[in-house]
Amino acid sequence: MAAPVAIHLEFGGGAELLVDGVKDHHVTLPSQPEPWDVKQLLVWIRQNLLKERPELFVQGDSVRPGILVLINDADWELMGELDYQLQDQDNVVFISTLHGG
Amino acid sequence: MCQVEEEYHGPLQREELPSVSKQCMKCKEAGAAVVIRAGDAYCRGCFKEYFIHKFRAMLGKNRLIFPGEKVLLAVSGGPSSCSMLSQVQEGLSQNAHKKLRFLPGIVYIDEGGAVGQSVEDRRRTVDQLQAVFRATGFPFLVVPLEQVLDLPSSVVLSAPGAPEWKAGAYKAAVDHFLLSDGSSGVTAQQQQETPPLEVQEAHTHSLQRLLGSARTLTAREELLNTLRQHLLVHTARSAGYSKVMLGDSCTRLAVKLLSSISLGRGAQLAHDTGFSDSRYGDIILVRPMRDYSAKEIAYYNRMFSVPSVFTAGLETKTADKSSIQRLTESFVTKLQADFPSTVSTIYRTSEKLQSCKSLASAGGDRCLLCVCALDTAAENASAFSATLISEQLSQTQSPEQSRPAPEAPPPASQCCSAVGGEACGNRGGGCCSSAEASEPPPLRSLLCYSCQLTIKDLSSEEVLPHYILSEAQRRLRRSQLREEIRDFLLEDEADEG
Ligand SMILES: [Zn+2]
Ligand SMILES: [Zn+2]
Repeated sequence: MAAPVAIHLEFGGGAELLVDGVKDHHVTLPSQPEPWDVKQLLVWIRQNLLKERPELFVQGDSVRPGILVLINDADWELMGELDYQLQDQDNVVFISTLHGG
Repeated sequence: MCQVEEEYHGPLQREELPSVSKQCMKCKEAGAAVVIRAGDAYCRGCFKEYFIHKFRAMLGKNRLIFPGEKVLLAVSGGPSSCSMLSQVQEGLSQNAHKKLRFLPGIVYIDEGGAVGQSVEDRRRTVDQLQAVFRATGFPFLVVPLEQVLDLPSSVVLSAPGAPEWKAGAYKAAVDHFLLSDGSSGVTAQQQQETPPLEVQEAHTHSLQRLLGSARTLTAREELLNTLRQHLLVHTARSAGYSKVMLGDSCTRLAVKLLSSISLGRGAQLAHDTGFSDSRYGDIILVRPMRDYSAKEIAYYNRMFSVPSVFTAGLETKTADKSSIQRLTESFVTKLQADFPSTVSTIYRTSEKLQSCKSLASAGGDRCLLCVCALDTAAENASAFSATLISEQLSQTQSPEQSRPAPEAPPPASQCCSAVGGEACGNRGGGCCSSAEASEPPPLRSLLCYSCQLTIKDLSSEEVLPHYILSEAQRRLRRSQLREEIRDFLLEDEADEG
């Protein structure tokens, strides 16, 4: 069993509108058999934070094109994207670059 | 000869992400923080340097902004225009040989009324932005979009431009500037604190009625863009600025390029998406952010704490298919995700476009709304005339169009030649409605093809602001007069627009 992970989520560029207009979310992901990765985090966000129109944030397994992801202030493309394994106290940022964000 | 049997290698494949090293590809020392373009990983420091250099290079390459010139930065509060503002600040703080030497001012157009924001929300946004602007030390103006209702008709006229700059003029201006001790330039400007203009509720309602009269989101967005641009140009003129900097990013321009084509603005593309746009003559619009992708801007703003203020627009939280512009945006961002190099190819196309010089320089008629040279004087065999004919044909078949024409019916032979004998024979008197259609309603005749489409989507032309309607009347009177005295004029083909 992996221990619960406490992480800091930030939403910006209009993406915050999809999560009640709140930019900062300090959340604790419950303990589960395997370690948390970003792919599972997106499922968790969809179930727990997205109040309306989830398709404006997630599409398929990943984020909607046009939404940027930073993990600990680095481009998630450098961190393994969906496969990155979340550590306790990680900082994950989602920035929408879309007008229709 | 065309090759019939082309070889296809199966469906297009998603470009494999190159395995990025975690080291900066530039300095090869620091750890990478951001991937720009496919595979180029930069560290924080090198990314910053790259970003700043690109801004100065863009202005340096084009040599359009002269030392000491007053330049108005159009800041919407969005990431791209706020990034532009920070780059101008950065450029002014550089040491002498790299320093930008123009005099910046800021304008914010408050569009809250157009998108139905409450007065409190608008005030809050303005307060946040004013704090950002005040920190720059540049003079700034906050202009509610409602002001567009009070514009003078001169806005939709192209004023005579500054004399063509000859080769060497830029260098001469730089030398002159250096001699006259330009270092005092920026500090000499006063940051006057003008209280934000009070907006009358009635004005907000008129504006909302105007935008609400558009039956499609596509037309509403086009209308809003046009009104905003008129207000920007007018603000620049009245405050003595000769250039307006717009914050369009490369991603935005790729979207604009493709949606403009879909909207029938092919002839105006060079103006709509190029580095500089001289359609207004004395005021030149400049797009210095056109080399930056939305991603680069978002990362820079995040890493170097560039403040921006999110404001909801017409498109916010709308579905992909709600308008042509939204659909194109979603197409381009998906393209960017799957085939990263394609978007920059689209955008580079826009660099190579040039407006048709013969149209622009002839001093001919310009569109009443977008102020581009009219593209509707096309020859008979053009796609435009084909569109008109098919529109006329389809109109004669729809029952609601068959109301009798108010004018006296033209001679039958002339009437039928427009539609083709068969339809005429079947419909009898209804035929004359086609004669009405072949002669576009007055206002439409003053518009380019694309703006005609926008206006067609309005429930009424009467809601248009006064400055547009009165200029329309003036132009129609003038052309009517010209028509009346035509027989007395000496024919001069070359002079005709
Ligand atoms: Zn580096
Ligand atoms: Zn037009």
